[in-house]
Amino acid sequence: MKIIEVKNLVKKFDGFTAVDNISFEVKKGEIFAFLGPNGAGKTTTIKMLTTLLHPTSGSIRINGFSPINEKDKVRHSFGIVFQDPSVDEELTAYENMEFHAALYNIKPEISKERISELLKLVDLWERRNELVKYFSGGMKRRLEIARGLIHHPKILFLDEPSLGLDPQTRNFLWKYIKEMNKKENMTIFLTTHYMEEAEKIADTIAIIDHGKLIKIGSLDKLKKDTKSNSLEEAFLKLTGHDIREETASPKDRMRLRRKMHGRL
Amino acid sequence: MGVIYIMWLREIKRFWRSKARIVGSLAQPLLFLIALGFGFGPIFQKAGGGNYIEFLAPGIVGMSILFSSMFMGIQVIWDRQFGFLKETLVAPISRYKIMIGRTLGGATIASLQGVIVFFISMLIGFKPHNLFMIPFAFIFMFLIAVLFTSLGTAIASRLEDMQAFQLIMNFLIMPIFFLSGALFPIDNLPNAIQILIKINPLYYGIEGLRTTLTGITQLGLVFDFFILGSLAVIMTIIGGHLFSKIEI
Repeated sequence: MKIIEVKNLVKKFDGFTAVDNISFEVKKGEIFAFLGPNGAGKTTTIKMLTTLLHPTSGSIRINGFSPINEKDKVRHSFGIVFQDPSVDEELTAYENMEFHAALYNIKPEISKERISELLKLVDLWERRNELVKYFSGGMKRRLEIARGLIHHPKILFLDEPSLGLDPQTRNFLWKYIKEMNKKENMTIFLTTHYMEEAEKIADTIAIIDHGKLIKIGSLDKLKKDTKSNSLEEAFLKLTGHDIREETASPKDRMRLRRKMHGRL
Repeated sequence: MGVIYIMWLREIKRFWRSKARIVGSLAQPLLFLIALGFGFGPIFQKAGGGNYIEFLAPGIVGMSILFSSMFMGIQVIWDRQFGFLKETLVAPISRYKIMIGRTLGGATIASLQGVIVFFISMLIGFKPHNLFMIPFAFIFMFLIAVLFTSLGTAIASRLEDMQAFQLIMNFLIMPIFFLSGALFPIDNLPNAIQILIKINPLYYGIEGLRTTLTGITQLGLVFDFFILGSLAVIMTIIGGHLFSKIEI
């Protein structure tokens, strides 16, 4: 069963195409990774899937609903962990969780139980009454993941979940994502520019570059089709460049500039 | 209702935790009260205007509410920069409710500051003419606060950076303040300026405060209340509309 369906999705900013006619499907219960360099259009795509941006053209179905016409139904269906922190630093960890539960209209008896369960799970229960501004980057990320799960979403979006995390927290996070996926049969859609991340946790990998979807398939399929030994090699063969390529083309610089202005 | 309450609660909690904001927001009205009140007091008296502090105090209460409520809008820009705005924008709730909760929270804080300034003005010599009218003055304070918090939030919804917001605010706040009748009586002013004052929403707020606190009225309390109340509602709706259109 398909839980995400995207057809011919396009997003243009003042004539500049950030997402260029992409189509894909995500099956219920799978871990799906968008792999591509910075500025490839990953975050723009997530924003369109999660009702934050209006597509220029194309159609999207999330859990059977359209993020354009049925925003609230779509918003009930997913949880999201953004690339940049989105917790309220002036509130405590516990208050952030309570706030989220209230936004999703969860009854206090139920939310109380879930909040303590989730905070214990991400190892923040002992520090629940501290203001979030005193937390480290990793702790904030863990809090955001816990928060994104309070309302038991069908789909969890993770935008660059391990960006800026230390290896230990990263490993913990991967283990945890896999567990959530298995236990709750939760569909996970993540974006990453780390080969290792896509390799280790994703069932299906979609390679995206310059706003275009280059190839989609399981790790084995990608390797087999490109006759490569590793994902890195497959990526190189498919896109013609390394993911960590340092010299940016004028087009990349333009994307970066847009990104700095908060548009991508 | 839950959403409005939780947004309101958040504003209150955040404000309560930054004590510097509470103290800082009182410094300016206090300075105005003392410098202008005592500075112009004798001249005002000589010219036959009566006690200037009596005239000025309601104006300064209105000013303190105007300043702090307009700047409440900056919270939206903070939330945008710190990312928290996204959390509220992907939630399955009406953005109008988010906006209303924010506005009521900001307005509660701004009117609370107005109440404090009111009590300070009593310390330096202001005497309300009728104690039973004070609750009505508080209602006017809240309406002024709602009107200008929603205006500030509406403007902030369209902006992304802090500097632009501050620039626009100063550009707006000063004329609104000076042309509101807060500092001087408007009777003998040139016609053009009188018209400017009469299209200024704050004028009706200050009038309402002055009527409830000193008993001297020009337009009548019901009229002031009606104008200010309708403007507050209209502005909240406009603000809610602009807020609901935010894309990130």
